[in-house]
Amino acid sequence: MKSSDQKPNEGDSRRDFLKKSSVITAIALTPGVAVKAAENKADERFAELFEKIPLKLTVNNKAYQTMVEPRVTLLDYLREELHLTGTKKGCDHGQCGACTVHVDGQRVNSCLSLAVMNEGKKITTIEGLANGETLHPMQAAFIKHDGFQCGYCTPGQIMSAVACVREGHTGSRAEISEYMSGNICRCGAYPNIVDAIIEVKEGGATV
Amino acid sequence: MEKRILKDDNDRVDGILKVTGQAKYFAEYELPGLTYGVLVTSTITKGKITALDTKAAEKAPGVIAVVSHLNKPSAAAYEQEGGPQMKIFYTDKIFYNGQPIAIVVANTFERATYAASLVKATYVKEDFNTDFEKALKDPKAKKLQGQADYKRGIENAYKTAEVKLEERYFLPIETHNPMELHGIIADWRPNNQLTVYAKTQGVKATQGTIANVFKIPMENIQVNSEFVGGGFGMALRTWPLEIATVMASKHIGKPVKVVITRMQMFTMVGNRPAAIQTIGLGANKDGKLTGITHRAYGETSTYENFTEGVVNMAKFMYQCDNVNTAYAIVPVDLGVPIWMRGPGEATGAFALESAIDEMAHALDMDPLDFRIKNDPETDQQKNKPFSSKNIKEAYKIGAEKIGWSNRKNKPGSLIEGSWQTGYGVSVGVFNANRGKASVKGILKADGSLLLQSATSDIGPGTGTGMTLIANKLMKIPVNKITFELGDSSLPPAPSQGGSATLSTVGSAVNDVCVALKSAIAELAANSNMDATANFVDVLKKNNLPSIEVTKESQGGKERDNYSMYSFSIHFVQVKVHALTGVVKVSKIVYVGDSGTIVSPKTARSQMLGGAVGGIGMALTEESIVDHRYGRYINNNFADYHVPVNADVPEIDVNFINKPDPYINPMGAKGMGEIALIGFSAAVANAVFNATGKRIRTLPITPDKILA
Repeated sequence: MKSSDQKPNEGDSRRDFLKKSSVITAIALTPGVAVKAAENKADERFAELFEKIPLKLTVNNKAYQTMVEPRVTLLDYLREELHLTGTKKGCDHGQCGACTVHVDGQRVNSCLSLAVMNEGKKITTIEGLANGETLHPMQAAFIKHDGFQCGYCTPGQIMSAVACVREGHTGSRAEISEYMSGNICRCGAYPNIVDAIIEVKEGGATV
Repeated sequence: MEKRILKDDNDRVDGILKVTGQAKYFAEYELPGLTYGVLVTSTITKGKITALDTKAAEKAPGVIAVVSHLNKPSAAAYEQEGGPQMKIFYTDKIFYNGQPIAIVVANTFERATYAASLVKATYVKEDFNTDFEKALKDPKAKKLQGQADYKRGIENAYKTAEVKLEERYFLPIETHNPMELHGIIADWRPNNQLTVYAKTQGVKATQGTIANVFKIPMENIQVNSEFVGGGFGMALRTWPLEIATVMASKHIGKPVKVVITRMQMFTMVGNRPAAIQTIGLGANKDGKLTGITHRAYGETSTYENFTEGVVNMAKFMYQCDNVNTAYAIVPVDLGVPIWMRGPGEATGAFALESAIDEMAHALDMDPLDFRIKNDPETDQQKNKPFSSKNIKEAYKIGAEKIGWSNRKNKPGSLIEGSWQTGYGVSVGVFNANRGKASVKGILKADGSLLLQSATSDIGPGTGTGMTLIANKLMKIPVNKITFELGDSSLPPAPSQGGSATLSTVGSAVNDVCVALKSAIAELAANSNMDATANFVDVLKKNNLPSIEVTKESQGGKERDNYSMYSFSIHFVQVKVHALTGVVKVSKIVYVGDSGTIVSPKTARSQMLGGAVGGIGMALTEESIVDHRYGRYINNNFADYHVPVNADVPEIDVNFINKPDPYINPMGAKGMGEIALIGFSAAVANAVFNATGKRIRTLPITPDKILA
């Protein structure tokens, strides 16, 4: 079997892959056992060992220690693994901002970051912004100024808005608009979003 | 979560859920055993699948099944002859590039995505055409009548007018692109029981479509769609990809979730079709219109016809004795279009409202004066009075607010450095609808009111509007009223479209409240209480935990006697950069004439949204097809430009806010469509006023200004 330089998942499927000599060597099995294991679909369990790698990170002040496939984006990890669905998928290409979260205090498009790139990092999502039942000032301002309609881009807008204030990019309406232009709102709540940010900035509360 | 108390009665009732990330959209429901589906799509534009190799995908890790036309489960309606041409997985025919041809289901999203890349199709290709203009010019290409020809007075009277113009206007394909990606979760269980979590503008419509395709009773299907991340029309039907997902769930006996990609949003869920329109206008030298001709061609697909109201507005918006219209559709090898906000009326208004401005210029008249001079007292098409119409007042308010007096009638007069300033105006108009809906109201002894209806909220604030209607009638605090929607088991209501939800469902809320009040009054009388007694006391005295009323509501004969429309006047100021051709919309004033404003905060936001959509339509949005391959080439947010925050100026929204005496108990007319209809023409007219360049092809990009 000629396969020493072939990477997993290129060409044949895993059930064939598991039968390959390099894998058999790596997991110290005899070829016969490995082939039998593959045919019994035990490969799914082996895949865990081969494809998932450990990840430690903090999300909304809660520590997580999990195994994750390296190809999983931070966005899909938050939504599908942790069920923190407040962070939204709008394009999966870093073009719309719906998936904005804070990574170590910086706003980031979570669809452009693989989960495993966030080892040891502190993530804050929309679910971690309020203080218990007390809304974050930006959340309250979005309600007051009706900074949304359908609400789908809203978590990303709010995470971006909080960062915009922290960054000090609130000198004028124009500056706010510029620094909020990475977050698309198809319902068109932009003027209200700017109003909400101005209110928070002028309110002087710590964000 | 406990319902936190809102600070202001006009705040959105679901605001807290939306700002905290707790509002659940379809893809966010956790079902035991949930699997992930990813669609495989055709890489050719027209032809037939000759072979589909799914072996590699089936062997890939985590894959549960690959479902296609080769192994689909039964969809009873598709077994029969006739019906739609595009029966998903029941045909090997390819109608457009990007058509779903298989669905790969796996236990994770990543595994399904990878496995989908392993499915290999082979095809026989056929010649195709995706170029609408080419089809229009080809005498052999099909052209189908889209609406009955209309004629009032003399046909093409403009040709013999003292002052005449005839111009051609082009609108490209636009794509709705709500922020939420489309998809569905389908959970087919034994005995043909199905639950779906959908992104739909109509839970009853989704329930009905699925019932029809699989020939199972409506009652077997539960459709949930509480929060919808925008629709703008694209969620007004159940798309083939949704049927494919239901088939996949039926095939594997597990819940399947499909969320399509942004690229697939351009091919699988419709668009605003391209249109080519000719407007002929005739007027006498005093500025009275003597002839209007509006001819339009709209794009459609080869497998399904799509028509919309492109030429409607020309028939009634201006006083004119001679009007004729014609509308045809032209099939091309692209996915079928669907209504996009403002639908065909927005397409038509771009042409008509541009032409009106052009005529005013030809007459050397102020375009506002020209509109006022030709404003009709009655609807000449229906030969009926308008139920309410205050647009002269609206023109006046808007003109003052935008500073119309600063406008010079001679184009290119206002120059400041490299920037030229211009002002434009246009009208949006849309049928003020009212349909039939049912609402259940449960008035409880704890002082609360629960209202339920199978309506939807794609963003305008349905629950907020309904709550405010009940609040006003029942004098129950807003935080004691709950309005439930987005659930097919609730009393039926139509889909959210055509600006009719507040009028239709709001009327049923009104009727339920009136009935509940009289039931309480009757109980009070029977128990020797004062007629004005509080309902809590009345219920307690009668030992009743609650009373319940369900009402079906629809309009009466008022529509036979009156012509009912909503109006909006759009004023814009633009700045055009002479060297680069960049257009900035610098100021917007809206004046809405849509009856009573029930929910002021959300109504204002609807208008803002129309302006933002309108800026996109006017300046940036165009779905571009490479006709050599039949594929969209700008199918993402980096290349299909929707307006961003920095594109949008401050917007001054005003409402006439006078009740319409006839349409419904609230006196409220629809707003969603009028906010967008005609807006693009106001921008084009302002660009002309700034530069003297008349752009008749949207979007108004810098190359066209500089050409």
